[in-house]
Amino acid sequence: MFYREVGQYKTSYAADQALLPILQDRIGIAVILLIAFVAVPLTASNFALDSVLIPILVLSLAATGLNLLTGYTGLLSLGTGGFMGVGAFACYKLTTFFPNVNIIFLILCSGFFAAAIGTVFGLPSLRIKGFYLAVATLAAQFFLSWCFIRIPWLYNYNISASIEVPTKTMFGLAVTGPTASSVTRYLIVLSIVAALVLMAANLMRGRIGRTWMAVRDMDLAAELIGIRLYQTKLLAFAVSSFYCGVAGAMMVFLWLGNAESESFNINQSFLILFMVIIGGLGSLLGSFLGAALIWGLPIVLRHAPDYLGLHIRSATVDQSTFVILGVLIIFFLIVEPHGLARLWQIGKQKLRVWPFPY
Amino acid sequence: MRLKYLVLGAAVAGVIGASVPASEALAKDSMLVPLFTYRTGPFANSGIPIANGMHDYLSMLNARDGGIGGVKINVQECETQYKNEKGVECYDSFKSRHPLVINPYSTGITLALIPKASVDQIPILSMAYGLSASAVGADFPWIFNPPDTYWDGMSIALKYIAQKEGGGFDKLKGKTIGFIYFDGGYGREPIPLLNDFAKEYGFNVKMYPVPPPQMQSQSGLWLGVRRDRPDWMIMWGWGAMNPTAVQEAAKTGYPLDHFIGVWWSGSEDDARPAGAGGKGYLSMNFNAVGANYPAIKDIEKYVIAKGNSQTPKDMVGENFYNRGIMNAVVIAEAIRHAQKLTGKKVIDGADMRRGLETLKISEQRWKQIGLAGFGPPIHVTCADHNGHGSVYVQQWDGKKWVKVSDWIAPVKDKVMPLLDEAAKDYVGKNQPWPKRDEPCDDKTL
Repeated sequence: MFYREVGQYKTSYAADQALLPILQDRIGIAVILLIAFVAVPLTASNFALDSVLIPILVLSLAATGLNLLTGYTGLLSLGTGGFMGVGAFACYKLTTFFPNVNIIFLILCSGFFAAAIGTVFGLPSLRIKGFYLAVATLAAQFFLSWCFIRIPWLYNYNISASIEVPTKTMFGLAVTGPTASSVTRYLIVLSIVAALVLMAANLMRGRIGRTWMAVRDMDLAAELIGIRLYQTKLLAFAVSSFYCGVAGAMMVFLWLGNAESESFNINQSFLILFMVIIGGLGSLLGSFLGAALIWGLPIVLRHAPDYLGLHIRSATVDQSTFVILGVLIIFFLIVEPHGLARLWQIGKQKLRVWPFPY
Repeated sequence: MRLKYLVLGAAVAGVIGASVPASEALAKDSMLVPLFTYRTGPFANSGIPIANGMHDYLSMLNARDGGIGGVKINVQECETQYKNEKGVECYDSFKSRHPLVINPYSTGITLALIPKASVDQIPILSMAYGLSASAVGADFPWIFNPPDTYWDGMSIALKYIAQKEGGGFDKLKGKTIGFIYFDGGYGREPIPLLNDFAKEYGFNVKMYPVPPPQMQSQSGLWLGVRRDRPDWMIMWGWGAMNPTAVQEAAKTGYPLDHFIGVWWSGSEDDARPAGAGGKGYLSMNFNAVGANYPAIKDIEKYVIAKGNSQTPKDMVGENFYNRGIMNAVVIAEAIRHAQKLTGKKVIDGADMRRGLETLKISEQRWKQIGLAGFGPPIHVTCADHNGHGSVYVQQWDGKKWVKVSDWIAPVKDKVMPLLDEAAKDYVGKNQPWPKRDEPCDDKTL
């Protein structure tokens, strides 16, 4: 009933090929954007913005990046953390070289550096596939973390080997650094993420996205119908790394305010990979759901006892968070191996035929 | 059927989601002291005793004296797992609740919080870790790192070696000193000072970096040590790197009484795993080891015996447990100072900053609080947020740590220029850095 598209006639090709062909989807997205851009900044506390929403948005973007590569093109990568680091360190170097350039522009630019590095490490994907490729990208991860420590030029010879974010302003408003308000940073992160995800959605329904999916489904067949594997795979690496790089730069400049090599280690890569797997491979919505579950759930679990008036030791809460999260992940993977995004699809289908299921 | 579950699930999720903004009641009659702990995660081994020590001493003050100046201390733990993201999250969750002071207990978290401290008016106490340059009070009015910086530590290690070699620094000429360090900001920090000394006194330095992922596989590195045969080894290690290094040193036959660790490489768990082979291993320390102090007896009586602590009995008096106590003493004494200075009973972060800035724990004061000789005299001033206290060297006798040297003072005239330079460098790279406009308290208490 809720999702019935009966009566929504498409009278032009453009309407048929629209990003959101169903009216209900358009309304839904509009409502979500309205809430995110207007209601949340007006009502959310600084803690909710700083520790819940900004991290989820940043991690969602990284997960989207990995999803383009692993979910849509079928190339398994364990280098996400490294590519995020490239974005972060590139952005840091750019701010030292061009201190007066708009920081948002620099954050977006740093994505291109990550894209270039990603393309280089994507070269092995032309020869090897599957787990072997995962190992090759693992090498990228280790090499990049090594660089972040061993090349002091990257962190301006800082004695603590960390990068610190200077205060940058835009229209007289502090955007990065300790004086930037949570709402400002949230809105910037949200705008960047919304724009890039919109771009990704459009990419996916166009020629490029289709070639990626063709390669994922069967690369031999894709080659036979005239898709050049060489360019397609490298492009997937480049675009994916671009997204990860921007996410990494945002992580340092708009979320944490400081980072060292350890922030971009192999654990970060795994974390993002888990988000993609649990959220749903090959689904942009899944990237968001996965990030929200993996980042948000521990915070909810951590604060739930306080809220309910129970006094449990913080370490105990932390340990049980591990257990609960682990159980939930297993539960979701058993109940729905295709990830949370698939659950939503099923829900949508049910809503469509409700109240007369067949 | 499925729809029902979906709706139900969504409703449950909604209810849980709504619970995120935690209750933010502002207790007017207590002082909030958050403790960032890491009882879980890869470094929990050292995190647990430190957390217990801090928690138990402050709880003891609450139970025995009814808090400080008649006001209870509200001790709240937040688990960081030694991860920066979690630490920043902990900070954000406490920020609006007006904490007196933040103890990040991780160099990475400290670095992330330093720029925020002056904006949020919350002092940060990073006891002998964090950013060494933050000892310069003129540039970092909100950050405190007593009793020593890593540069102080390195100068003391060299001084001790020189003493063992028979006197002054000139005895180091022609010797080879190996430096095994955690290959990150923390381990690299002492290198400039080490190189300075090497150049001035004509000894050789061999570097043995341990990358974080390889903390537990050092056998190749120790082959290098065997080949180079350094006369002395100095270690700046952390976590699993420490016991591994001690074990490998014992295995390769390196004389352990020529192997000195920094104060973070001196826990019982660092030396114990090497068994009998670990005998002789040295480490620096600025807090006494052992439970034979009236204040610690009070902790056992008022806190542990009452079941208000997570501390197992045999942990009391261990090195890192006592380190936690020392951290808590610094907090408690600073609160006392702030109360005296402001005349207020319930103080806030800004008052606490003044308390920390005038902090003075003399030998006599250590005795008064029931910890005679427990730590070095600490004297923080407006300009010097560190104090550069003395440190002693302890030796592992196979079962426990034994003090084997007197309190050794750092070589301040070497350390201070480096500190000023580092502070200038930090401020220069983080422009615009806020100018200090907090007045200095010249009242001495």
